[in-house]
Amino acid sequence: MSASISAPAEVVTHVHLESPDARRARLSTGWLIVAAGVGLLVASFSAGVTATFTLSDAFDTVQLPSVALPAGPVVLLTALLCLAAGGGLVSGRLSRGWRRAAGVIAGLSVVVGFLSWAASSSTLPFPVSNQLAGTVALATPLMLGSLAGVVGERAGVVNVAIEGQFLNAAFTAAVVGSLTRSIPAALIGAVLAAALTGLLLGLFAIKYLVDQVVLGVVINLLASGLTGFLFDQLVQPNSTALNASPIMTAIPLGPLASIPLVGPILFDQTILVYLAVISVAVVWFLLYKTRWGLRVRAVGEHPRAADTVGISVTAVRWQAVLVGSIFAGLGGAFFTVGSTGTFVKDITVGNGFIALAALIMGRWHPVYAALMGLFFGFVTQMASQLQTLSTPVPSQFLLLLPYVATIIAVAGLIGRTRAPAADGTPYIK
Amino acid sequence: MTTHTRAAGRGALVEYASRHWRDWAVTTAAFVLALVIGAILMIAADPQVSANFAYLFTAPQLALGSAWAKVSGAYGALAVGALGSPQALALTSSKAAPLICAGLGVGLAFRAGLFNIGAQGQAVWGAVTAAWIGFTFELPYGLHLLVAVVGGVAAGAVWGGIVGWLKAKTGAHEVIVTIMMNYIASGMLAFLLTTTAFRRPGREDPISPEVHATAALPSIFGQFHLGFVLAIAAAAAVWWLLERSTTGFSIRAVGANPHAASTAGMSVATTTAITMTLAGALAGLAGIQFALGPSANGAPVPLTLGLVGTVGFDAITVALLGRSRPVGIVFAGLLFGGLDAGGLAMQSVAQTPLTLTMVLQAVVVLFVAAPALVATVLPFLKGRRLKPSATLTGGQA
Repeated sequence: MSASISAPAEVVTHVHLESPDARRARLSTGWLIVAAGVGLLVASFSAGVTATFTLSDAFDTVQLPSVALPAGPVVLLTALLCLAAGGGLVSGRLSRGWRRAAGVIAGLSVVVGFLSWAASSSTLPFPVSNQLAGTVALATPLMLGSLAGVVGERAGVVNVAIEGQFLNAAFTAAVVGSLTRSIPAALIGAVLAAALTGLLLGLFAIKYLVDQVVLGVVINLLASGLTGFLFDQLVQPNSTALNASPIMTAIPLGPLASIPLVGPILFDQTILVYLAVISVAVVWFLLYKTRWGLRVRAVGEHPRAADTVGISVTAVRWQAVLVGSIFAGLGGAFFTVGSTGTFVKDITVGNGFIALAALIMGRWHPVYAALMGLFFGFVTQMASQLQTLSTPVPSQFLLLLPYVATIIAVAGLIGRTRAPAADGTPYIK
Repeated sequence: MTTHTRAAGRGALVEYASRHWRDWAVTTAAFVLALVIGAILMIAADPQVSANFAYLFTAPQLALGSAWAKVSGAYGALAVGALGSPQALALTSSKAAPLICAGLGVGLAFRAGLFNIGAQGQAVWGAVTAAWIGFTFELPYGLHLLVAVVGGVAAGAVWGGIVGWLKAKTGAHEVIVTIMMNYIASGMLAFLLTTTAFRRPGREDPISPEVHATAALPSIFGQFHLGFVLAIAAAAAVWWLLERSTTGFSIRAVGANPHAASTAGMSVATTTAITMTLAGALAGLAGIQFALGPSANGAPVPLTLGLVGTVGFDAITVALLGRSRPVGIVFAGLLFGGLDAGGLAMQSVAQTPLTLTMVLQAVVVLFVAAPALVATVLPFLKGRRLKPSATLTGGQA
């Protein structure tokens, strides 16, 4: 009797419950990693002799030595690590902690293995410092844009109009910067332009109940037409006065900027980069540590319940859209005063959509969305650098890397994301 | 019986008119309001005309006269360029045909609750495949065209089907995937134009050989060509699909309420995949219009990086304006095709940048999507309470 009682207890302790969605995600991730491992295994046979990585650029005060890796063994090692990690995930016998470790190991292995294979095919070294610096620069507007989306969508307003906000902000920053010769004035102008665009989004989405995804697309068209028209009509004929804005300069943060490799990348950037990093923390704090943030998330998840306890759903949504517009304005300014100082038509080239992708992949969370922006910046910069190295891969294919990586990530790794429950749903009392 | 039948018929006609006249009235009002806003923008952005407004109260005829001259000159050129001659009408039809096809692709996806932002990439693949078949093979007249059209449609279907399959299998967000697929399609086109299969012999720039005459869409009159007929046929086919077929019923049901549709036994995943495949095929047909349709000189334009322009994105506004219904999409496509054709004339004749037409298009769609706003501006349209245009999209975001 006592023996039969204890046996079921022991069996219960070994039962491992896993939802169908989680199992599907684990299997697809595992098989993807196995496929990457197989790819690296094949690549290890065609790798060159040595892969050289430089850790300093020509202007760094402290010149770190280059790192030369034997390409074949390194690619082979990373291939085996990927196969082990992928196999572990597919088997389902890894604990939660080990699963995350497997994911990290696989990610690092893919990057190191691929770069080693690519660099070994070129006589030029792969510049790690440029890779990291470019990643930060490219990620800045994506981080800011995705934050704009996070705030709005947490409150239930889909923001496909990030692209339009970027465009209006970039245009306004260039013109205001040219007229005033002042970077702060240009940034303020950019934020106001994005806020006006946000006002339009809010008016039609919150008050007139227009479908929010289509509204975003239309606002993007309006921004493209408006900036294009004003550019053709006013700015281009008078470009010296209206389209020659001063450009942001890097602001080193004291001795921190002198740290080899990491210093110039993190602590010798423009104010916009620092603002982007600070903004991530600010949005996180606003959403998760303030009463206002609780209300924003409440109206995004269950507006009727929020209304019942006395929260004005429309007021909170308006506030969220306008607060988000601040970050979209800063992100848009990057394309003019943050880089070239001049506006050309459709200068944002779809980065608003990439920011939207980053926010969705980041599960509508400010930190994860920012990390996704960095991921996209990293892959984009890597494609650009490899193009310079003249690797065997056609340069046009390299330019597709960020987009293919994003589809693989969203289909295999992220899987089904859950938006705020009332995202995109207008609230009618 | 006879009296009853006749009365019922008359009632149905009256019912239809009373139900739809407000939609048409709102759309017309939206267009007029867009023209007004465009006029204001035109006046404000012209330094010479706006300078006259400084004397509005001392010499009003100077300000109003120059404003009227500016606006009437621009809109006059726009109208003449779109409708003012048989050649203009032909150009409008050739501009409208791809917008109608791609608009049908976007609209069909909307009816299933999907957002096909990827019509651009699907159109690119349609153009690439049709052009390649057009300049690579030598086939008899008629057969060559048929093979090229079928190939282009199939390519668009595959590119759209990938998105539908990913959505159905993994739940991948179709907005993200379609945006990425657009970039991938453009990148693939750039690569293909560097390969010997696609590069024109003797040239280094990215341009393809010319499509053979046997594969070109025949011109009926000037730039009015068979492609426009195909677009209308596609609209009729989509209407039949949505209104008269079980597959279409599934599409509408899934779009209206995926949970109820699933409970009723329809496979949401299968319907999603089918819808995106069909949407891709329609967008591929839009690409074919660019690749095989006659240009001003009578021959198709060779394949280049920018051949399909921005048809995939313009199609989104066409589908919106057309309320995701085939008949509406045809008229919206004609309207925007006219604006495209007229914009060129407006720029050359009246020196008003053709980008103004983009503003007009956006404003028209905004007003159509917000009928309550139109009723606020024009109170006589306020009758029954105007609800948001639920027909713009079938389902939730």
